Amino acid sequence: MSEHEYVPKSKAGKWFNDRLPLLTLGAHLTDYPTPKNLNYWWTFGGILTFCLITQIVTGIVLAMHYVAHADLAFASVEHIMRDVNYGWLIRYIHSNGASMFFLAVYIHIFRSLFYGSYKSPREVIWIIGLMIYLLMMAAAFMGYVLPWGQMSFWGATVITNLFSAIPLVGDSITTWLWGAYSVDNPTLNRFFSLHYLIPFLILGLVVLHIWALHVPGNNNPVGIDIKKPSKDTVPFHPYITIKDAFALLVFMIIFAGFVFFTPNVLGHSDNYIPANPLVTPAHIVPEWYLLPFYAILRSVPDKLGGVILMFSAIFILFVLPWLDTSKVRSAVFRPIYRQFFWILVIDVLMLGYVGAMPAEGIYLVLARVGTIYYFLHFIVVMPVVGYLEKTDPIPMSISEPVLTGGAEPSLARKVNDKV
Amino acid sequence: MSKVEKKVNRRDFLFTASYTLGAVGVGAVLWPMIDQMNPDKAQQALATTEVDISSIEPGKSITVLWRGKPIFIKKRTSEEIAEARAVRLDDLPDPQKDEDRVKAGKDEWLVMLGVCTHLGCVPLKDKGDFNGWFCPCHGSHYDVSGRIRKGPAPTNMEIPKFEFVDSNTIKIG
Repeated sequence: MSEHEYVPKSKAGKWFNDRLPLLTLGAHLTDYPTPKNLNYWWTFGGILTFCLITQIVTGIVLAMHYVAHADLAFASVEHIMRDVNYGWLIRYIHSNGASMFFLAVYIHIFRSLFYGSYKSPREVIWIIGLMIYLLMMAAAFMGYVLPWGQMSFWGATVITNLFSAIPLVGDSITTWLWGAYSVDNPTLNRFFSLHYLIPFLILGLVVLHIWALHVPGNNNPVGIDIKKPSKDTVPFHPYITIKDAFALLVFMIIFAGFVFFTPNVLGHSDNYIPANPLVTPAHIVPEWYLLPFYAILRSVPDKLGGVILMFSAIFILFVLPWLDTSKVRSAVFRPIYRQFFWILVIDVLMLGYVGAMPAEGIYLVLARVGTIYYFLHFIVVMPVVGYLEKTDPIPMSISEPVLTGGAEPSLARKVNDKV
Repeated sequence: MSKVEKKVNRRDFLFTASYTLGAVGVGAVLWPMIDQMNPDKAQQALATTEVDISSIEPGKSITVLWRGKPIFIKKRTSEEIAEARAVRLDDLPDPQKDEDRVKAGKDEWLVMLGVCTHLGCVPLKDKGDFNGWFCPCHGSHYDVSGRIRKGPAPTNMEIPKFEFVDSNTIKIG
């Protein structure tokens, strides 16, 4: 909260604010002191909020026309595409919106990794963010099942069967998830219910995510602690709102490009074939945003081992703040870690690529190398590099490099000094 | 003062009793909420299927739906049976004799769940390195007895409960 106590100007505003201090909250959000050096990688929080609201609004509209029944679902989606006024537009925004949501969240996560935003005192923001990411994957998976095409059906079959790898109780859990002895109408029905629920859980977590952010305040590209408010900060409005709005417009142009020109390029044509429990498509692939994890799953020749490794790939991120031993946040001042960061980016992109390819020959080798590096990066590279690395001098304040034309060693603190 | 606190008094008993009863109550409400997701009576009612197998030629197979899952019914030739029985058990990841996967005296009939034991896809017939089935999803190879030979699947394809009603009809489930 701001240092000064906010007092509404109007009498009515004061009356209301005394009873429910919403106007104080509004003033806090407007004046919120923000580091003045935030670059465009920091605009994805706002973009993600836009994505969430877009998915909720288009989703509510689609639910007015969609029928969650195994015999009717496929036809009702075609009905939306052909008969409902602007149904094609709303559905294409919703289906491409999921992809844009993940595109933005991956940039958001890698920004945090580069600038060390997950480190003390922002661990809780990071963990809430990962919970949002997990819920996003659950929502996206269940949403993909709803059109009840071939990819929907077999994607649901493969993913729910992951739980059958659990020793002893695996089969009972899988049957419980299905509500039948295979993926069937009860499965579709409950997936629809949960698909509608999850975005609102995400919305709740987003509030916590922002709340937790507003306690320590934003990290920044230099990664140093700043005094708030000071000459290193600007008020959120209008400085950050206008920057976020500009980035959002550019993002929406790309979004619209997908929706209007290549609405199906990120989907799979097999999903325009109605679900058939007797025939598995020759080449099952998940949506692009899950491919790196799919590659990890397939890189292990053992069923339970593959499932454990795939889930570990996500859950290892939760302990990241404690695996990173470096006190310096921003990779700008970490010459060694910076290189490993880019190796990780390439590694994840490569895993995504081989996840889309058949699990054989060179692709299997690449998937295994990629999986090994992925885990080495977090378990070995992060603790060891943070310990051994000689970091570059970091500036005293955000203004300093600007005013002196660079981080002069004479003006800079050494890392050994307390950061 | 500390001596008094350590003594079990009436208040401690009331707390423990309240928590216990509360936990039982929460559990009693929670269980119906969890169990409602298990297969309902309509799903359970589909538990048996009768199939006419009189028109299946030797070496051919049919696929029928049972509980939403495909069942492969294959009438094997004597060469195929001989091939399945010639395999050494040491070569199998999930060792099981071919004799144990069919009904005695009806050795030509292989009736099994057409579901890959890896992640539930339907394997393709007459494919793979072992003259049996091949799962396109993640590359599991099954032999002519439906046993896993190569790939990520952990076990052989499952044999459902079934019986011969007469020589031309089997009942699955």
